[in-house]
Amino acid sequence: MDGETRHIISYRTLVIIWLALLVLTAITIGVSRIHLGPLNIWAALGIASIKSALVIFFFMHLKHEPLFLKVFLLIALLTLAIFIGLNFFDVLYR
Amino acid sequence: MITNSSHEHSGKDPFGARLGMWLFLFTEVILFGGLFVLYAAYLSRYPGEFAQAAHRLDMIMGGSNTIVLLTSSLFVALAVSALQRSEKTAATLFLLGTVISAMVFLGIKYLEWSAKIGHGIYPDSAILNEMARGEIIFFGLYFVTTGLHGLHVLIGMFIILVMLVRVRIGTVDADNFTQLEVSGLYWHLVDLIWIFIFPLYYLLL
Repeated sequence: MDGETRHIISYRTLVIIWLALLVLTAITIGVSRIHLGPLNIWAALGIASIKSALVIFFFMHLKHEPLFLKVFLLIALLTLAIFIGLNFFDVLYR
Repeated sequence: MITNSSHEHSGKDPFGARLGMWLFLFTEVILFGGLFVLYAAYLSRYPGEFAQAAHRLDMIMGGSNTIVLLTSSLFVALAVSALQRSEKTAATLFLLGTVISAMVFLGIKYLEWSAKIGHGIYPDSAILNEMARGEIIFFGLYFVTTGLHGLHVLIGMFIILVMLVRVRIGTVDADNFTQLEVSGLYWHLVDLIWIFIFPLYYLLL
């Protein structure tokens, strides 16, 4: 990691990611107006996760970070998932 | 591609700085995660009342703020790329774009909360207390979550403003941009949280 060589993300890539985020926002709004029952919330969360991945990998440069940092993020998200999962294990089966 | 001076010579550790910021961001994720867990648990208990309360939120304002925040994130990312290429003027202008976006976001948030409070909907108000239990919980979570998020926008805006000044006077430049980078990471987190708030609160059917 000494004297690290850093990748510069081009303006073009950043603008394309931004456009993709705007399109996904439009899709979220569109999907939310269709009655799909419980699927609505999962669609909303799914699209929000894709948008987050775009922000994290490109805007936050995670794509060009070492594997160590990627694993670090994965562990943090797994912790959150366990936290949410255990809560529902309690809430749903009371 | 550019090469930073080795931290052995400069005494700096850019990767360590970024790692530290990511670690802090994880604690933020857990903080907001707690609020999202409460949201999810009560949504499963009061789905109808949550939907009814969500219909009272202004989707146009929420949607506009989504676009404003996504754009502000783009500006920060562009500013980092610009500074890495020593394009100081461009970096300054991009950061100015972020600060203006943050102000627009807070302005819209002000109008939105004013309208809610104008209609008598605020924590422990007489009108809210008359509503169903699920709606009271929804609005309680709405004010806490968007309030905490708004506070983050305010703090982030000042951090970006400081970065703007430092880029302008040259203390942050192409050879020393870690500060700007980690400030940007914080700003992107604010955007990430909103990416989840918007569909969960404003678009719920």
